[in-house]
Amino acid sequence: MSKSDPGAPRRLALIASRGSLDWSYPPFILASAAAAMGWDVSVFFTFYGLPLLLRELDPEVSSLGNPAMPMKMPFGPEGFQKIDWTVPAMLQAVPGFSSMTTSLMKQTFKNKGVATVSELREMCVELDVDLIACQMTMDVFGFEREDFMPECNYGGAAAFLEFASDADVSLFI
Amino acid sequence: MNDAVTISFDQTLDCSGLSCPMPIIKTSKAIKQLEVGQVLKVISTDSGSPPDMAAWSRQTGHDLLDSSQDDGKYVFFFRRTK
Repeated sequence: MSKSDPGAPRRLALIASRGSLDWSYPPFILASAAAAMGWDVSVFFTFYGLPLLLRELDPEVSSLGNPAMPMKMPFGPEGFQKIDWTVPAMLQAVPGFSSMTTSLMKQTFKNKGVATVSELREMCVELDVDLIACQMTMDVFGFEREDFMPECNYGGAAAFLEFASDADVSLFI
Repeated sequence: MNDAVTISFDQTLDCSGLSCPMPIIKTSKAIKQLEVGQVLKVISTDSGSPPDMAAWSRQTGHDLLDSSQDDGKYVFFFRRTK
């Protein structure tokens, strides 16, 4: 029930502004869940969120700058898996550490039955979520339309605001 | 579980092992395969499912006939209403 038409489905308007593995989950989870409930959903991908619409989707995560991230191992005996390791920031900056963090997080998600970001993105496409690439960010960072998945649309602030002005839920992620 | 056994259903969807939001996404897909009035049984192991399935039912308007829990499994029965 959008504000201007009580008979219309509810609306969710999201801005996805971050593209690391951890931050790529919330927009795709919320968008697919809302669409599964019959809502109209639009997600505007801007700045570092824009790469989430690239054909080849493979986001990474770094523990640097994420001091609250649990540093736990997704394998080994139960007691071992519960240990929250303290890793000095100097060591986290070593080349290869981010790749290791990324693969450990992916393994943890897999162990817990969490879908991959690619799977959730596919669900969004299947459920007719409107995925909008920010044209300005594309120009700034030097992306071309052929770099992006064919299902996405292109737009700017005004296009998003028009949809969001009639939305029941609007979030900046 | 006693209530659950007495409800007859037309289709079963097993979401065991799947985490949020996959159970409700699969449920929304599965209910579209049924005729209006038919009943879908959904099994989930995600402990977030009871509030999520109830919300999904309220938002979509498909009736949640019963929800129960047994040994780490959550069982829901939905009737397609439209």
